[in-house]
Amino acid sequence: MGFDQYHEPPQELPEETRTFARLCASLTEEAEAIGWYEQRLAVERDPEARGVMADAVGEEYKHFCMDLEFLLRRKSRWRETAEGVLFRKGDIVEHGEAAEAAAGSAVSAEGSHSEGSHSEPHELVGTLGIGSLKEGR
Amino acid sequence: MSHLLREHAPITQAGWKTIDEEARERLLPGLAGRRLVDFSGPHGWEQSATNIGRVEDVDVSPVKGVQANRRIVLPLVELRARFTVSREELRAGDRGAEDIDFDALDVAAQSIVEAENLAVFHSWPKAGIVGISERSPHSAIKSGGGVEKYPEHVARAVELLLRKGIAGPYGLALGREEYTRVVESAEHGGYPLLDHLRKILEGPIVWAPGVKGAIVVSMRGGDFSFESGQDLAVGYESHDSDAVTLYLEESFSFRVLTPEAAVPISPLKS
Repeated sequence: MGFDQYHEPPQELPEETRTFARLCASLTEEAEAIGWYEQRLAVERDPEARGVMADAVGEEYKHFCMDLEFLLRRKSRWRETAEGVLFRKGDIVEHGEAAEAAAGSAVSAEGSHSEGSHSEPHELVGTLGIGSLKEGR
Repeated sequence: MSHLLREHAPITQAGWKTIDEEARERLLPGLAGRRLVDFSGPHGWEQSATNIGRVEDVDVSPVKGVQANRRIVLPLVELRARFTVSREELRAGDRGAEDIDFDALDVAAQSIVEAENLAVFHSWPKAGIVGISERSPHSAIKSGGGVEKYPEHVARAVELLLRKGIAGPYGLALGREEYTRVVESAEHGGYPLLDHLRKILEGPIVWAPGVKGAIVVSMRGGDFSFESGQDLAVGYESHDSDAVTLYLEESFSFRVLTPEAAVPISPLKS
């Protein structure tokens, strides 16, 4: 068992960054598993086996969502970007660009501190994240 | 550390989370401008001015034969409203209390909301902001005949915008009195007035504390620009053994790009 979720020497990383990296690795594994089940379900003909796998992929969806929520709670800029993209109708790329720009600006408002390699306690982020309230934004 | 100095406050992480959530809850309903106009940013506390692409001639050039112009910019304004929170209340919150006294935050949030709405919808001359109704070239539609005549007034405003080639959807900002009277009213047959207005506008109707009367605006985009420097945030000012003094703060500029894209409606007579 290696430690390849770390890109830097683990002993040099703060504990919260190691936790963050573990959850990033977990998120990746869940996404991979979802992709694998998708492929397996596409070729499997045995209804019983399909039932088992359909149930299993549901677990992966849940795990992926839990991992993602954990990570978003730790990274306000990521969360702000996600809020601008997820569960919205319309053009995904357009939402992504707008959310990235808005979240990036929020970071510049707080200086370099707010998006460092360590976790971001809520009190350091500062702004209330209100922004535009226009429908469809 | 940001200029908000939140790290210096004797407030726990959970306490800050509660304060931010409470502030957000109190601010969101009344920020009418942000529901109707284009929003740009936030660009950061360091942002000082909005580029408007204009210059003015500088009379005396440093060298003969060289023309000199000076850029004209729209400075951002800063709004700040202080409030205090009892440290005993904050301690109670840390223990899990759910009824923390945030009365002073109520007042501060409403003040900020009104100030932002006034700047957007009316004007703030000393800050160099001329708001939507003041820039509108259209005479205010007289709101005679009571609130039941509101569909007529709003339809007239929409027709005026259409005549000028200004497309919808359209939004309606209602001052406190107008909002209350519209919401509580039903037309003949019991049809809610609010629903009728929505059908005419094809856009939102928003509660706009600080607005005098009402304003119909086009929401097609590109007509009104709210540029945020630092978006609304809670900062720390000082504390003693009893209370912590905090503040709500933001910086922004506002400009009207298409003055004819809005039609004011005069205040209802009480």
